[in-house]
Amino acid sequence: MTYRERTRAIDAAARHWDGPYRPYDLIKEATIAVTIVGLIAVTLAILFSSPDEAPTTIRSWSRQNPVDFVSTAMGELDGTSTTAEYGPPYDHGPKAQHLAFIHLQSWLGIAHPINTAQDYVLGPLAALPGQPALRSALATYRRAGSARQLAWDHAYERALTKVADSATAIRAVHGPNLGPVPTLMDSLLSFAQGGGLDGALLANRQFYSTDYTKILMLLADGGALASRARAEHLLGNQWGMMNETGSFPGQGWLWLYTMWYQIKPFSTSPNADIMVMAVMFVLSLGFVLVPFLPGVRDLPRLVPVYRLIWREHYRSTRP
Amino acid sequence: MFAAIINLNGHAGYVHWGFIDLSVPNLIVIVAMFVVFLIALVAPFPGHRRRGRS
Amino acid sequence: MTATGQPPEERSWTVGVRRRALAALPPDKLLPDSQPSYVASWIYIFGVLSLGALVTVIASGTILATKGPGWWHTSSLGHFFNSLHLWSVELFFFFMVIHLWAKFWMSAWRGGRARVWMTGAITFIVAIPAALTGYISQQNFDAQWISTQAKDAMNATGIGSFFNLLNFGQMYGYHVFLLPLAVVGLVAAHVLLVRKHGVVPPLLLSDLTTPASATATARGTAAGTASAGSPGPVSEAE
Repeated sequence: MTYRERTRAIDAAARHWDGPYRPYDLIKEATIAVTIVGLIAVTLAILFSSPDEAPTTIRSWSRQNPVDFVSTAMGELDGTSTTAEYGPPYDHGPKAQHLAFIHLQSWLGIAHPINTAQDYVLGPLAALPGQPALRSALATYRRAGSARQLAWDHAYERALTKVADSATAIRAVHGPNLGPVPTLMDSLLSFAQGGGLDGALLANRQFYSTDYTKILMLLADGGALASRARAEHLLGNQWGMMNETGSFPGQGWLWLYTMWYQIKPFSTSPNADIMVMAVMFVLSLGFVLVPFLPGVRDLPRLVPVYRLIWREHYRSTRP
Repeated sequence: MFAAIINLNGHAGYVHWGFIDLSVPNLIVIVAMFVVFLIALVAPFPGHRRRGRS
Repeated sequence: MTATGQPPEERSWTVGVRRRALAALPPDKLLPDSQPSYVASWIYIFGVLSLGALVTVIASGTILATKGPGWWHTSSLGHFFNSLHLWSVELFFFFMVIHLWAKFWMSAWRGGRARVWMTGAITFIVAIPAALTGYISQQNFDAQWISTQAKDAMNATGIGSFFNLLNFGQMYGYHVFLLPLAVVGLVAAHVLLVRKHGVVPPLLLSDLTTPASATATARGTAAGTASAGSPGPVSEAE
């Protein structure tokens, strides 16, 4: 008998059951099950509650780590931040991922455009009323060529690496080679620390907004979220995807997905995300198609767990 | 009114085993799954043993 | 209608659908009061327990939805229902995974039941974004971190261009309506398919030895015992 014939025979033998039945109350069993599970869930909820850690705001971040905030803002201004280099769906940055000749990220285009310098720095500052010094600094910066702008930016970034993590220290950074950048950054820092930048990034052209893309991308470019996440063991390379804040169980069902990120070649590849997604797509397809996969579908016959499950049946039908 | 009886807001412990890095709460859930599975396999099922047999 | 012509009900779409539905799932198959004698193990309860967890997930989620996404941060009653929602989701996956293991080791796809397995597997896969969109609808640090981390995988595959994890409004819509609809629809299809095909009969011990004797054993077992209980269709406790 060939493998194919045998598989067919096994399949055919399972089509119908002509053996004995026993009485059974489906609705009663379902009611009992729903009630019991509901009670278990209520018990767990009362015993353990659920986590709810307050979100990080631009305001709290710029107050706690002003240097990190200003450095991040400089990255947005000079186009070296993660968002600025990201590529689609945000911008034309160079870091779009691909798998061999498959460039899905680029093909789907820029759906949520972000111009980091304009959206995070120059735009919010230009919208501030009054402040003639800021207005003239903005005009100077905008008039300058990109080479001049970058020279100012890099000189300011170098100066920033040497200051203490306080708003006062940042405001003391001045020099002839920095151009208007200190004025811009001092204003942006004050605006952020007062909570204005949170509002400016949330308010779009329309009154109502539920889209947090811009503000979350800025937060993610900085270190505020990541340092909290590291402390809570939530980083990607800490299997963080399946973890939760505090001591709560997390999304344990993501174990396989997050596992790939821990091992080579995924852990070191700039295309890790698309590679892991491709692997998981193939495995998910295999999972759905288990009934048709030779080898996998035969496993339950080779590992006799079924003898335990149906031991009563086998005992009773043995001659 | 509904404060947790057992506070899980503190930091979790972590188990490292080679490249595997599991939080203790997740580990408890995973172990519990295996234990419940095994109990369900071996525990005698009551009531229906003498019914419907020739 | 003339005797030679088609009777009107033959042309009725409604009658056609009713006939097909009744043929696939007659009432005693849909709501059986008996099941095969081999369904005698605790391992059979995890399907219905998953269903129970799903009911709790939807009930607690409905309560949270009636008050809006901000309520649970400020109300202790709201926080309780959030906790209930979280733990019932943990239970849903907990029971679903054990159910999955059980059905795998039974090779429950045998006998034309491949669609039962496939709808179950797709339910598991769709439940993952259903949970993920919930995590990122929480409006707290968790939501910030998870959305900004998970966006990279979405963007790398191009999905991020139309499924933006950083758009709270979009994610909330997916979480409270679109994905639950998909999960409930899949679970309904799964349960109806189980009802239609019945619980998979045990593997024949002879399947592992000589295939020739397999059919003989199957016939012998069936013929010798087909008397007790209902002669109706095979049934199962999900």
